[in-house]
Amino acid sequence: MEGPVPFPQRGEEIVWIYEKKLQYPVKVSTCNPTLAKYLVEQYGGADGELAAALRYLNQRYTIPDKVIGLLTDIGTEEFAHLEMIATMIYKLTKDAKPQALKEAGLGEHYVQHDSALFYNNAAGVPFSATYFQAKGDPIADLYEDIAAEEKARATYQWIIDMSDDTDLNDSLRYLREREIVHSQRFREAVEILKDERDRQKIF
Amino acid sequence: MANTMPIEYYQQLEEIQAIDFVIDELVLYLDTHPTDQNAIQQYNHFALYSKQIKQKFEESFGPLQKGSVNHQQDYWAWSGPWPWQV
Repeated sequence: MEGPVPFPQRGEEIVWIYEKKLQYPVKVSTCNPTLAKYLVEQYGGADGELAAALRYLNQRYTIPDKVIGLLTDIGTEEFAHLEMIATMIYKLTKDAKPQALKEAGLGEHYVQHDSALFYNNAAGVPFSATYFQAKGDPIADLYEDIAAEEKARATYQWIIDMSDDTDLNDSLRYLREREIVHSQRFREAVEILKDERDRQKIF
Repeated sequence: MANTMPIEYYQQLEEIQAIDFVIDELVLYLDTHPTDQNAIQQYNHFALYSKQIKQKFEESFGPLQKGSVNHQQDYWAWSGPWPWQV
């Protein structure tokens, strides 16, 4: 018999483990396919959560060691946000009849996917890897990450402006705040790398 | 499936979400401030507490993750609703 599994040390978590919960509760007041159509921008759009997760996790392999942990943790959190967005879209559309989807501008989506979720943006354009970059230059990559967080924050604001669902807006405000925290952490990472670079010049 | 779970499910889950949010925040902070001993202490405290309340939740409502003990002896399942079903 093995003893109890020790609590994983930081840096040892080499696989992704699904945890069967949302990072923050998602409540939806009413069936609202129009709002779902807007929200899908954060699902499969250029500045959405999928693009964010893939961008950060992919940059890790060539970034200095000091910021790999941050990219891993933020990239992983983006997948938790992706599940929150998926939950919102699912709940907003699950009781919608085809006619209601059509009136919300989701007739084309229904014809292609029924009520299945799909990675496309609010205008129905399928997700693309061209939404993000990997330049191999740590500062360039981190500046892109900061910009991505700010664009996602702005998108959350625009969606909140379009939404009158108070329950949903609570979760959207939470996600908007996370973009701000991530942006600030990435800015700190830039400073850490600049400090390191400057130190290397001193002999 | 919506809203069919007992009130304890929501209460315990919300506490887990709150504690894990503290951990998420501390981890991102520590990623850029790795020598802050006060934050490390807080992290360790909440990491341990999170494990305890998750164990309690799992005894009643099924596993939260792979690797958790399966409390039903005769049947393995991701028992209980999925996050988008509640």
